[in-house]
Amino acid sequence: MSKLNSKIPEGSIADKWTNHKNHMKLVAPNNRPKIDVIVVGTGLAGASAAASLGEMGYNVKAFCFQDSPRRAHSIAAQGGINAAKNYQNDGDSVYRLFYDTIKGGDYRAREANVHRLAEVSGNIIDQCVAQGVPFAREYGGLLDNRSFGGTQVQRTFYAAGQTGQQLLLGAYSALSRQIGLGRVKMYHRHEMMDLVKIDGKARGIIARNLVTGELERHSAHAVVIASGGYGNVYFLSTNAMGSNVSAAWKVHKRGALFANPCFVQIHPTCVPVHGTNQSKLTLMSESLRNSGRIWVPKKKEDAEAIRAGQLKPTQITEEERDYFLERRYPAFGNLVPRDVASRAAKERCDAGCGIEANDTNEGVYLDFSSEIKNKGKQAAYALGDHEPTEERMIELGKKWIEEKYGNLFQMYQKITDENPYETPMKIYPAVHYTMGGVWVDYNLQSTIEGCFVTGEANFSEHGANRLGASALMQGLADGYFVAPYTVSDYLSNEIRTGKISTDGPEFEAAENEVKESIDRFLNNNGSKSVDHFHKRLGLIMWNKVGMARNEQGLKAAIEEIGLLREEFYKDVYVPGSSDEMNPELEKVMRVADLIELGQLMAVDALHREESCGGHFREEHQDAEGETLRDDKNFKYVAAWEYQGSDSKQSTLHKEELNYEFIKIADRNYK
Amino acid sequence: MASKFINITLKIWRQKNSNAKGALETYSLNNVSTDSSFLEMLDQLNEQLINEKQSPITFDHDCREGICGMCSLYINGRAHGPDSGNTTCQLHMRKFKDGDTIYVEPWRSRAFPIIKDLMVDRSAFDRIQQAGGFVSVNTSGRTMDANAIPIAKADADKAFQAAACIGCGACVASCKNGSAMLFVGAKVSQYALLPQGKVEATDRVLNMVRQMDEEGFGNCTNTGACEIECPKGISIENIARMNREFLKGALTKA
Repeated sequence: MSKLNSKIPEGSIADKWTNHKNHMKLVAPNNRPKIDVIVVGTGLAGASAAASLGEMGYNVKAFCFQDSPRRAHSIAAQGGINAAKNYQNDGDSVYRLFYDTIKGGDYRAREANVHRLAEVSGNIIDQCVAQGVPFAREYGGLLDNRSFGGTQVQRTFYAAGQTGQQLLLGAYSALSRQIGLGRVKMYHRHEMMDLVKIDGKARGIIARNLVTGELERHSAHAVVIASGGYGNVYFLSTNAMGSNVSAAWKVHKRGALFANPCFVQIHPTCVPVHGTNQSKLTLMSESLRNSGRIWVPKKKEDAEAIRAGQLKPTQITEEERDYFLERRYPAFGNLVPRDVASRAAKERCDAGCGIEANDTNEGVYLDFSSEIKNKGKQAAYALGDHEPTEERMIELGKKWIEEKYGNLFQMYQKITDENPYETPMKIYPAVHYTMGGVWVDYNLQSTIEGCFVTGEANFSEHGANRLGASALMQGLADGYFVAPYTVSDYLSNEIRTGKISTDGPEFEAAENEVKESIDRFLNNNGSKSVDHFHKRLGLIMWNKVGMARNEQGLKAAIEEIGLLREEFYKDVYVPGSSDEMNPELEKVMRVADLIELGQLMAVDALHREESCGGHFREEHQDAEGETLRDDKNFKYVAAWEYQGSDSKQSTLHKEELNYEFIKIADRNYK
Repeated sequence: MASKFINITLKIWRQKNSNAKGALETYSLNNVSTDSSFLEMLDQLNEQLINEKQSPITFDHDCREGICGMCSLYINGRAHGPDSGNTTCQLHMRKFKDGDTIYVEPWRSRAFPIIKDLMVDRSAFDRIQQAGGFVSVNTSGRTMDANAIPIAKADADKAFQAAACIGCGACVASCKNGSAMLFVGAKVSQYALLPQGKVEATDRVLNMVRQMDEEGFGNCTNTGACEIECPKGISIENIARMNREFLKGALTKA
């Protein structure tokens, strides 16, 4: 148990970070070029950290598996980024963002971390604007905001439905500048294969050049893992195809604890599954719930007729529609948090009111017709037309919608071949984000000295459910404003270390292990593709470790995944060789880790005998189907220690969560 | 989404590595759902090839929602295929008919060497960005407040439209001259339109254009193919703006 020291600084919540910064040790500018730092991943958390550490003068090596750092999956984030600027004068503050995030996470996040996040949130917007990020603006030239789920203020900054893209390109431009200046060396199309530890400290990585297949040794005085989340354990998710857990999992296998793996965010508004060859799911931003109303038909017969193609949604009258979020949660309406909205959609579909004609009949409507008329009327007034015709209102309203969400509507139309300006979108929940991750202390350091973990790859700020527009905030907060300080503090003890050799036995052993595992897969001579196993893992995870979980299902999942792992090692077939570009080889290495992780997620979900946030145990709900948390027994972070590829053997460590500054309460959005 | 199934013939460029000689190979693929994306169709072909113990086709892809810019492909003679305003991952098989023969080639450009099969090396774009595609502002918690400088909505919107470029390289692949001026023009324009970018505007455009030329991209002759094939609808106005900025820079710097 001694392993878990969260190192939360003393003092009042508002002073902790400032005091901590004031007492950190520094590295003088003339010493920084003698120190090497490795950053794995170039999404918001990685690119911002690599750029900032490079600017400070450290010798940085950055790695990404994509063909360019600009491709990292942060690019796909749509809706926005939260910041407690209170530009809209609607009562926002650092405290309120802190409070909303803790409550949104269902009281399973660490207070001190979340407060720090809220404190630096405003700086992120300042920094991004200074970098030339083109946020949306009002006619007066000032920044515009919108609302996201789980809040009652407008604190979300955005750039149409492409906020992640614009923020990532901002971080990428800062990173590019450092690469151009020679302070960051970029290794694209490189994948981290293992972490190298010397005397208990993280001292480097083994990387594979994906073009030549060559294994490379890279040493450093500290390693920052910013490799994103593990949603692809479900095979179908909104993650990019290449998103994977491997960097984080390798760190876990080398001794870092993995926290709250069962906390997964199922996002309510995604395009429903169409068929068995589907490779991924596409998100429709939560920001659409500012303007769209979610409904299904009240009557099962109407839903059946819609699925059979005999009725159109536009033919269902207002009285015959069930706007179930507005009905169940009048205070927040369509803008309840994601876990709440997802479960409510599932509840209606389970009751037979789903509207999508696919295998599972799972889908609900997201309808913009009211908003089109409202905004059209406002626009007509602004143009001096105080008695606009219905057609005029709809025309102007569609224009307004196009400006706010144009790219999302276009994406939807490309996928479904339906025009969402004319007919409501069909949506259904899908795996989107993972709150769990490598356990880190207040300094974002894992239980391995010198190994820091930032962004989605760590577990820290979102508890059991992340609020919309908070992932971008956390990634950039970690990379721009937290890690540069805390990593420097750690490196202050490294100024006398000197260059670390890659010729030692630790590098040798790690490289040999990687080589052996590559050779084993290539010589396996099995009969089934990597995707075959990945899809089967995904189905077990979605059906038994998905939106609703129970003891029986979780126990079955643990056994099934164990068997799947054995079959995978016996029967997976990987074509090609190790000395060439070989995407199947990349995939098999990632799926091997996802299988172990999947089993650990089920183990974690089984042990957590409560419902909180995205973790819904059917045994723990009230009469209305709301989650029942158990603060007496489960108000802790579950951090697992690796004990071999059978994750049933993993051992549990607990970090008790203390709420000193927020009164812990029921999470109510009614 | 009423799905249909079609049978198709594919002519796909295969090339073992950057030094090898490539050729078009023919494949038949049956039972392709018209709701599948083009890349899901290639997944299906790869699954078939793997099951037959043949070498699967290598192609770049990642987000599969049209924003990361990693997918490419010249399909039936057009960058990102026959639909418009989309990337290859957003192209769906409903755009094809039963019995169709589909030609699939990599981006063709001297500055984008082939790595394997349909995968090319676009790191030239990264190097152009490194030459000047940024505002030289360090990370600090002390930059001025984000609302300190109002920016006219029209300028912010235009900067955003230019910044929407995903760096896929379709503009280069579509251009008879292999020019990268739409890509570079978009980045130059984004910054030129914002007060934050104006400080370094001269050096930026000169450095980015120099790097673009060094990478071996061709020149612009105003054909406009890039704008038509750009999945994000980036306007060639951005090329004109870059030329103005360049001229201004070259004259004042001299």
